[in-house]
Order: sequence, then structure tokens, then C-alpha cells
Amino acid sequence: MVAGAGRVAAETATISALALLASMALFGVFLTLFGANPFDVFGSIYRGAFGSWFAWQNTLQLAAPLMLTALCTALPAQLGLIVIGGEGALIMGGVAAVAAALTLPHAPPFVVVAAMMLAAAAAGGVWVGLAGALRAYRGVNETISTLLLNYIAIALMNHLVTGPMRDPEMVNRPSSWHIGEPNMIGSIPGMDVHWGLVYGVIACVIAFVLMHSTIFGFAARMVGGNVRAARIAGLPVPMLTITACVIGGAAAGLAGMLEVAAVHGRASSSLVVGYGYTGILVAFIARQNPLAVIPTATLLGGINASSGLIQRSHDLPDATVLVMQGIIFLMILAAEPFYGRFTVFRRQVA
Amino acid sequence: MPYPYRSSRRSFIKAATASAAGVLAYNLDLLNASAASDVIVGALYVGPKTDYGWNQAHAEGVATLKKAGVKVVEEERVPETVQVAKSMESMIKLDKANLIFATSFGYWDQMLKTAEKYPNVQFLHAAPTVWKEGMPKNAGSYNGYIDEAQYISGIVAAHASKTGKLGFVGAKPYPASLRNINSFTLGARTVNPKATTQVIFTGDWVLPVKEAEAVNSLADQGIDVVTCHVDSPKVVVETAEKRGIFSCGYHMNQSVLAPKGYLTGAEWNWEKVYADYVQWLLEGKQWPHLVRGGLKERIVRNSPYGKAVSEKARKQADAARDAFMSGNFVIYKGPIKDNTGKTVIAAGQSHSQTDVWLESMNWLVEGVIGSTTG
Repeated sequence: MVAGAGRVAAETATISALALLASMALFGVFLTLFGANPFDVFGSIYRGAFGSWFAWQNTLQLAAPLMLTALCTALPAQLGLIVIGGEGALIMGGVAAVAAALTLPHAPPFVVVAAMMLAAAAAGGVWVGLAGALRAYRGVNETISTLLLNYIAIALMNHLVTGPMRDPEMVNRPSSWHIGEPNMIGSIPGMDVHWGLVYGVIACVIAFVLMHSTIFGFAARMVGGNVRAARIAGLPVPMLTITACVIGGAAAGLAGMLEVAAVHGRASSSLVVGYGYTGILVAFIARQNPLAVIPTATLLGGINASSGLIQRSHDLPDATVLVMQGIIFLMILAAEPFYGRFTVFRRQVA
Repeated sequence: MPYPYRSSRRSFIKAATASAAGVLAYNLDLLNASAASDVIVGALYVGPKTDYGWNQAHAEGVATLKKAGVKVVEEERVPETVQVAKSMESMIKLDKANLIFATSFGYWDQMLKTAEKYPNVQFLHAAPTVWKEGMPKNAGSYNGYIDEAQYISGIVAAHASKTGKLGFVGAKPYPASLRNINSFTLGARTVNPKATTQVIFTGDWVLPVKEAEAVNSLADQGIDVVTCHVDSPKVVVETAEKRGIFSCGYHMNQSVLAPKGYLTGAEWNWEKVYADYVQWLLEGKQWPHLVRGGLKERIVRNSPYGKAVSEKARKQADAARDAFMSGNFVIYKGPIKDNTGKTVIAAGQSHSQTDVWLESMNWLVEGVIGSTTG
């Protein structure tokens, strides 16, 4: 069994690495067309992402929210669902975190932080859980519903920060009231990276254990493998669907709480920056494996972190990095048919 | 609607060459004074550098520094998150930048935090934010009274309009936008006291589809001059041209996009502001934490008049500009009523440009059709 798992991991790592190499080659062609030397640019990406302690901190800071939003796609994916609602769940989580902090104006910070976490996880969970319930009981396509829920979340947040939650001091940008400076969660000691990184890593590990070492995880993966067989075996498919969506949404909601409590202090349109969408990319590159999400988010965080340096040193447009991410995404998807084709990774029949 | 005039491209090229020459001449002393490498500028933009609007206006200002020999590093599309601080730090650490221009409203908090960390680097925010005692000494903000240029656009617009109906495409009903709308309308009503400005708010800074829809619906209502306050006026100006109506630009000169119908526009003159900061820094002076100004301080300007602008309109607009340049002209001088009939500025009262009361404007002047709730 262990040897089998090792083979699967080796196969995944090899094929993903080959896909990454192929995308680098393609991206290199693109760079050449733009008149840049691809090797110089790759050098800059490395310098900007992993070349120094400063670069590493940048990378990890940017990776933190991606780990959580990636789980929003990766967990429901174990059941064969394609959820792209991380953005909406993140926003709802951020708004709920602010609401929780504002209702507890005199509580000590650790109580407020705990309340913000719970509220954000609950809000994100309910948000994606809604799509799960629609899927389970009404057969509504979860990809479409989660995409639409993203827009509803943005509209709802805009309504709240221009209405009931608005801080009238913020005339130029509608924002909610501040959660209070003592309630902000700071940086990890000795690092210029906020605690979100720790939350992200812990969440990924818990998600992995949940999916691979519990009855729930086994049942969920069975639904993903063959939903009819799962039904015949008597598994509660609707409940499993909703639960996976709720847990995924809760992770993205937590990312929203971190954006509020570690970065902005308020809810406003600054929450809508596409972490939810990059999370989808991370989940797919990690092939929906919660543990693989950690290095993948770090890789994409690094690519994002190097974006500025690429613009500054090579005079390339900022969209360069997006092109690279798009190419990687396509190559990872295109590599899918190669799984099971390499005899090296097959289990030896004794 | 046929146009009674031919392309104004030639005059545009002339004007553009003239203004470029002027800028270069201005920056020449800068080039001489600078040991060039003493100042390294880092600029952050929230959108693309080629948006024909807010971001491009800044990028062009920075570009004149580059031409004058100052080293410049730039990043576009920097989201208003922790990325702001990271980009600034990266510019400071890897490129040795010592003068940072943060050109989006949402950069303020991150900028202040970073300024505290790097006391030897100067940080400047392009927005109506105000530095207060207790904030880092190496931080400040700059902004212009662009509504003065809008007032002049209003005069030109009212002259060009046959129907007396003007249109304004806004993003959000926030104070600076309302001030632009009001100044534009007040300018227009000095020409035609019955002129009206129909306002449509799209809801956000960059919504090209809604902006086009807004211009189309304004044109359908018989409005024959439009202007705007959105991040990228490209769509508004181009759509107006397609519909055969006139337009006044915003942020920068958009006359290339509408060679027939472009009348004038309210532009920023960041070249001047940026050159000033570099100069102050080179001289080792403590620069002001708050830089504000209008036409007189040359922080804002109007685009060169298009072909369609009549002699009469030019004369009146030039006269208004001269009045602003003399420094004793006040736009917000009572009696002024809002568009619900309430008197907001009583007779005898006046609010000059530097009056902070104007920075929390929440009313629309008589003659504006629309409401402050969007």
C-alpha cells in the first residue's frame, strides 16, 4: 500500500514537473517574441520569488491566502465537483469577520480574533454550502452557481460598506468601520509574514488528514470515484456534497478574515483582488491534493511576487505573469491524459 | 450629424509638440542640477500605464523624469493589498529607489506603514489624503484642483452645445466627482444660464460597457456634449465621437481618440509636480507634506482647443483661465443653490479652492439633473 502511494506520488510529481518544464519552454517562446531574453527573465523570476530571504518572505506572504482559497476548490473536487466560488466565500468571510469584531467592541483581542475566525468560516461555509445544497437537492451545476455567487458576494459587500457598515470617515472609498488596532493579527515573530501562512499550512494538513485518514474522507472520495456505486453502497451523497462544500467555503472564508485582520482592518472593495480565482489555479496544479496545495501555492505566490521585478527589469507588461500562469494551467490540464501511460509507475504484479 | 469642420489632427500635433517642448525646457535645469543618479524614482500604478486616463497621466509625468535623466522604476496594476508594501520594499531594496510615487487612493495605509519602516525614502500619495502631525515625516500627498479645468471645459462645452443639454458620466458620487460636475455646470451656466448637465453614475472606476451605454443613452436624450470622471475616459470620448457628439476629456489629452468632436479637457500636469519633488530632493529641502494647486500652480491644465471650438468660446475660456491664473477667482461664491432648490452657499459667502469644506461636497448644483445617491 505504502509503495503504491509512493508510486502515485512519484507519477504525479514527474508529470507535473514535465508539464511545468513544457510551459516554461512555451513561455520562453512568448518572451522571445516580446524581445526579452527568456533566461534573463527566468533568472529574475527566481530572484524575485526565491532569490533572497526578502523574496521568500514576499512569496510566503502572497502564498498564504492562496492555500486557503485553493482548498475551496480542492475539497469539493474530491467528490468530483468543480467549485470556483473561493472569491465569493473570501469576501463573505471578510465581511463576517468585520461584523463579528464590530459586535464585540469591548472584548479582549483573543476573544475577538476567535469570534472573527468562527464568523468568517461560518459565512464562507454557508456561501459555498448553498451551492452544494443546490447541487445535492436541485441538481444545479455547482460551477455556474458558485461563479454567480461570487458576483452576489461582491454586490452584498458593496451594499454593506456603502450602507449599514459604512464608516462615514472614509469619504473617498466606502469602507466598513475598522476592527480596532488591538484586534489585528500581526506578523510571525522574526518574519515579515503575517500569521495567515500558519493558518494556511495547518488548514492544508488538516484537509489532507480529513480526506485520507477519516471515514468522511473515504466516503467523499468514493462519491468522487463513482457516485452510483456510492449511492448503492448507501452513502449519504447529498450530505457529503454539502459538507465538503461547507468545509471548502470555510477555508476561503478564513482567507477573507485574514485579509481583514492582518492586512486591511476593514472590509472594502480592496478584498476583491482575485485570490479566489488564483486559488482555482493552485488547486488544479496541485491536482486537488491538499498537501500538494502548500508547495503549489508557494510556487504561484512566488511567480506573483516576482511580477514587479519582471516589469521593472525587463520592461515587460504586468500581464506577463498572467500569461505564464495561463500557460501553466493549460499544460497541467493537457498533461492529464498521460496519467497511467508510463509503465514505470505501474504497480508490479507479482 | 455632419461636422462643419475638418480633422484637427494637424493642430493637435502642433499643440502636442509645443507642450512637449515646453516640458523639456522646464526639465532642462533639472537635468543640469541632477547628478542624475542621486534620485531613483519608484512609481506604482493601480491600472495599466496605457489607459488613456488616470494611470497614463501619471506614467507620462514619470516619463518626463526619465527623459531628464532620472532613473525610474515602475510597476503597473499593483492591487491595493499587502502587495503595495511589498512592491515598494522591493523597489527600495532591489532598485535602491528613494522617492516613491503611490498613485492610487487605496495605497495610503500601506504607504504610511512602509514609510515608517524606511525613514530615508520619501513617499508621496497622489490623492486627496491629508498628512497629519504624527504621521511619518517622510510621507505626504499631492493632488490638484482639477475642477478649475472642468469649469473651463464647461464654458467651452456650453458654447458648442446647440441644445444646452450637457452630459456627465461619473463613476461614484464621491466628493471630488461631485465637485467636478458642479464646476463644469457652473462654468457652462456662465455662458448659457439655462444649460443643464445630466449625470449618470456607472458605479465603479473602470466599467467600459456601462460607460458606453451611458454615453449612448445621453446622446439619445439629445445631449450633444459629454464629459466624464472615470479612470479611463477612452470609451466615453470614443463613443461620443461615434455618435457624432462633442466631448471634453479628463485626466489627459484624448484628442487623438476623437479628432472631430474633442473640444478640450481637464488634464493633470504631473510632469510639473514630479519635477518639483525631484528638484526639492536634490536641493535637500524639506518638501511640503501637502501639495495642492490648480491652474495657477500649473498642476492642472486644459487640453488645447479642438477645431470645433469657436472664437467666442476661446475668448471666454481664455478669460476665465486668466482669472484663475491671477489667483482671485472663486468658483464657489454665493448665492449658489443645489438642484433641490436649497441654498447651499448664501449670498456674500464664498469658498475658495483651499477651503476643506469643498472636500466633503455632498450636493449637486442647480442645473444638474441627477442625485448624489448615484
